[in-house]
Amino acid sequence: MKMQKSQPLFQKLDQWLEESQGFFNANCQAKRAEALLKLKKLGLPDKKMEKWRNTDLSEALKFDYKLWTKEFSPAQIQNDLFQCDVHDLDAFTINLYRGRYVYQDQAIFKMENGAIIGSMAAAIEKYPELVSQHFDKYTNSENKAFDLLNTALFLDGLFIYVPKNTKLEQPIQLINAVGREENTFVQNRNLIILEEGSELTLIHCDDSYDYKRSFTNSLSEFYIGKNAKLDHYKIQNINNNSFLINSDYFYQERDSRLNTNKMILNGGLIRNEVVNTINGEGAESDILGLYLADEKQHIDNQVFVEHAVPNCRSNELFKGIVDDYAHAVFNGHILVKPDAQKTLAYQNNNNIILTDKAKINTKPFLEIYADDVKCSHGATIGQLDENSLFYIRQRGIGIDNARMLLMYAFAAEVINHIKIESLRTRIDDMVKKRLRGELSICDQCVLQCSTPEYHFEIDMAKID
Amino acid sequence: MLLNIKDLHVSINGKEILNGVNLEVNKGEVHAIMGPNGTGKSTLAAAIAGKEAYEVTQGSISFNGKDILDMQPEVRAQEGIFLGFQYPVEIPGVSITNFMRTALNEIKKYHGQEPLTAAAFLKKMNEKQKLVEITSKLKNRSVNEGFSGGEKKKNEIFQMAMLEPQLAILDETDSGLDIDALKIVANGVNKLKTPDNATVVITHYQRLLDFIVPDFVHILYDGKIVMTGGKELALELEEKGYEWIKQRVKA
Repeated sequence: MKMQKSQPLFQKLDQWLEESQGFFNANCQAKRAEALLKLKKLGLPDKKMEKWRNTDLSEALKFDYKLWTKEFSPAQIQNDLFQCDVHDLDAFTINLYRGRYVYQDQAIFKMENGAIIGSMAAAIEKYPELVSQHFDKYTNSENKAFDLLNTALFLDGLFIYVPKNTKLEQPIQLINAVGREENTFVQNRNLIILEEGSELTLIHCDDSYDYKRSFTNSLSEFYIGKNAKLDHYKIQNINNNSFLINSDYFYQERDSRLNTNKMILNGGLIRNEVVNTINGEGAESDILGLYLADEKQHIDNQVFVEHAVPNCRSNELFKGIVDDYAHAVFNGHILVKPDAQKTLAYQNNNNIILTDKAKINTKPFLEIYADDVKCSHGATIGQLDENSLFYIRQRGIGIDNARMLLMYAFAAEVINHIKIESLRTRIDDMVKKRLRGELSICDQCVLQCSTPEYHFEIDMAKID
Repeated sequence: MLLNIKDLHVSINGKEILNGVNLEVNKGEVHAIMGPNGTGKSTLAAAIAGKEAYEVTQGSISFNGKDILDMQPEVRAQEGIFLGFQYPVEIPGVSITNFMRTALNEIKKYHGQEPLTAAAFLKKMNEKQKLVEITSKLKNRSVNEGFSGGEKKKNEIFQMAMLEPQLAILDETDSGLDIDALKIVANGVNKLKTPDNATVVITHYQRLLDFIVPDFVHILYDGKIVMTGGKELALELEEKGYEWIKQRVKA
C-alpha cells in the first residue's frame, strides 16, 4: 500500500529529514535517507493490512504535525520540564523534551563501574562501535513502517550500556512528556545494552503536560546478554488527543531474564508492539500489561514471542477494562521454532467490558513447530462477576464501590508483579483514581496523585 | 419480631423454587433450617439477602418491621442482615483488612455514625480474629484468595464478628469442615450470640447442631417449611433420614 500523498505527514518527511540530518554523521545520515526511501515505498499502515485491521490511524495521521528540529538550550526548557514525583522512588531520571534528550552538562557519561548513560545521538558519535553492534539489529525494519519512520527521523533518545557483571542498583527513569505546543511529533529511539551478567531496572513513562495533540513514535531495542536481567516498566498516560506508537524489541541470550510490565492508563490511541526474541537456552520472559480504556480511547497491544532455542519459558498476561465507547485490541503470537523443544509458553488476555458500546478484539495465536513443548493460550471477555458483586454488596458495600473493588481486584494481578514497592504503590494509586474516573492528566504530573484518599470508600491504603 | 417471612414465593428464571414459606425469627433466637438438597434452603437465604436473580413473586419479608423487598442487597446488609456464604467469593488484590474497613464504614455511614479510626479498627480486628482463632497472617491476605475451605468459612464468621449483624444467616457453613474447624466456627457463632440478635443456621446435617444448639428446627421440603420443632427434631431427622419427611409429606 503506497502512502497517500495527500497526507500532511507524508509531505513533511523530506523536509524533516533535511532539517535533522545535520545532527548526525555521514554514516548515520545515509542510513536515515535509506530508511526514508523504504518507508515511502512501503507506505504507512492502513486498515487493509491484517496487523492493522482493528486499528485505524487515518484520524491520527491527518494533522499538521511539527517535528522539533530546532536546537534548544537546557536553561530555556527547565521550566517546561516534567516533574515526576513518585515518592520514595530513588531513580535516576532522564527527560526527553519533544523527543530531545535533556541534559545539564554532559549529553552522555560513563559511570565508575563502566556503565554508560546518555543521549542516543551522543552515543552514536562517542561510542560508534558499541552502537553499530546493536543498533537496528533487533527490529523488523524492512516491513514495519513505523520502524522505518523512526530510523529515518528520530532525533534522539536514551542510550544505556551496562557492562559485564554490573548491576545498576538505582532504577533509571525515562520520561517522555508531550504537550505545551499543539501537534508535536515526537520520535525517540532508545538502545539498551545489557552485557553478560548485568542487571538493570528501567521505567519508561509517556506523559502529557496538557491536552495538546501529539503523535509519538517511540522505538526501543534491548539487548539482554547471557545471564543478564532486565526489569522494565512502561507507564503510558497521555491525554485523549494524543497518539502513541510504541515498539519494544527484546533480544535475549542464554539464561537471561526479562520482566516487562506495561501500564496503559490513558491515551487517545496507543499501539504497543512487543517483540521478544528468545535466542539462548534457559532464558525466561514475563510480558505483562494492564490497560484501562474509556470514552473513545483506542488501545492496541501486539505481542510477538519467538522461541528459537530449547528450554526457555515465556509468560504473557494482558488484562484490560474497557468502558464507554472504547476499543481494545490484543494480538498475541507465540512462535515456537522446530529446535525449541521443552519450551514453556503461556499467553493470556483477559478483558472486562463494561458497556455494550465498548469493543474488544482479541486474538491469541500459537504457532508451534516443535513437538515436545508446553504451550497454552487463552482469551476471555466478560463482565463483572455477579456472584462476586453480590458477595461484596452483602457486606454493606454499595454497588459503585463494589464494582470498583472488583475492577481493582482484576487489575491487581498485573500490578502486583511490579517489583519496586514505591512504584507499585503509586501505580496502585493511579489505577484506583483511574477506575473512579478522576485520572486523566494533571497539569504537572499524574504521578503526584499521592493525595490522601479522602473520599475513596475503598481504602486500600496500608494501615498496618 | 426481627424477621417475618410470610407466604414467600421465589422464582429463578421463571422456575418456582419456594412456594409459600412462613418463618418468624425473634431476637435472641437460634433457628436451624434443614432439608434435603435442592429443596430451596440456599434460595431462601439468597432471597432474604436480596440476590438479584431471585424473584419474589408473592409474599413478604420484613425485618425489624420494615419491608425489605425493595431494598438493595447493600441496604439490607446495612440494616443488619448478614449472609454467611456457602461458597465465599475470592477477591484477589483486596486485603481483608481493607474490605472490612470499607464495609464497616459504609454501614456506619448508613446509620449516621462516624467512621472508625485506623487504630480503633485495628483493635477491633484483633479482638474479632481471636474469636475465630484466625492467625494474624490471614488479615494481610486478599479476601479468600487461596484459602482452604475451612479458612473461607472461618473468614465468614470473622466478617460476621466484625460487622455485628442483628440477623446472621449461615448457609451451609459446616459443609467441607473437619471437626476441629467446625468447633471453631460454632464457637465463634455462640460467642457472638446476644439477647439482641438472632442466627439462622442452614445445614444439611445434624452434626453442626451439636455445637450450635437451636431453639427451633424447621424442615424445608419442596419449597415449603413442612415441619417445625425443637432441637430434638434434628436428632429425629438424623435417625430417620429425609425419606421419613418425604413419606410424611405425601401422607
